[in-house]
Amino acid sequence: MIDTLTNTVLFVMLVLTALAIVRMERLFAVVMLSSVFSLLSALLFVTLDAVDVAFTEAAVGAGISTVLMLGTIALTKPIAKRSRHTAFVPLIVVCVTGAALVYGTLDMPAFGAYDAPAQMHVGPDYLARTPDDIDVPNVVTAILGSYRGYDTLGETAVVFTAGIGVLLLLSGLRRRREDEDEEV
Amino acid sequence: MGQLFNLQFLAGHIHYLLFIVLMMTGLFIVVDKTNLVKKIIGLNIFQVSVFMFYVSIGKVTGGTAPIFPMDDKYHVDKEALQGIVYSNPLPHVLILTAIVVGIATTSLGLALIIRIRESFNTIDEEDILNIEQEMTRDDNIKYRDVAEGLI
Repeated sequence: MIDTLTNTVLFVMLVLTALAIVRMERLFAVVMLSSVFSLLSALLFVTLDAVDVAFTEAAVGAGISTVLMLGTIALTKPIAKRSRHTAFVPLIVVCVTGAALVYGTLDMPAFGAYDAPAQMHVGPDYLARTPDDIDVPNVVTAILGSYRGYDTLGETAVVFTAGIGVLLLLSGLRRRREDEDEEV
Repeated sequence: MGQLFNLQFLAGHIHYLLFIVLMMTGLFIVVDKTNLVKKIIGLNIFQVSVFMFYVSIGKVTGGTAPIFPMDDKYHVDKEALQGIVYSNPLPHVLILTAIVVGIATTSLGLALIIRIRESFNTIDEEDILNIEQEMTRDDNIKYRDVAEGLI
């Protein structure tokens, strides 16, 4: 009961934050609100028993991505223009997509069901085998580092590629600016 | 769709509906707003809602976080383990990977925005479209003679 209450309060706050982001035009406020959104979602992850996900989201979503976005708006313009077109077509697209998704969830098992298909196969197997196989208390660590180590390796490759991409895009920023100054 | 009015069914599925509401708010920002930074933020909201949806699949009612009790030698205490219900750890692992990949794509998108601002001196989609159209029109006028000569 208390769980449902906490979840509902968190949801209301999340939805209000998201709507405020839709309305705002000052990008600084928008970035701060997106940080708040990440923090609230981290709280929701705790109530969903995903403590590791919660602190990753708090560190990455509320921390690093906020810093990156603040850097971006410092290098660009801090205020968004009000869009000139009407919001009618986007609203229809969103409603149709939302209805399709709701239709898709109708066949899903109820929230928290212990006999859901997701609770039947590898998940419980990892829980049962971790004490003997790996002997670390945190099962998420065991799966991340050992059972699914290749996934983590792939993730590292993705982050490395993105890092190279960012470096290539931004390298020579100062040099190009100096060139422009000389031309002027 | 009639199931939606069954109270017990709704109690089990209300979380999914709320996640979808959040997801659609994110999608609306991506589709409607013309500022590129705001689009990236909308994408993040969408992404986090999908993560919440995915993690909620692993939740077991009455379960706790999948961290085992330890004995005094820092090994898993197999006796204390009996009878405790744990939520499914597998969605948590997959979403941990997804969060890190998400920040990688976000940073790449932000870097692209900085380059766009350098080339176009704006980060508004409609302005960029106008500039592109003007450039194409200028090119067409400039190279019209050449193109006609080829025919």
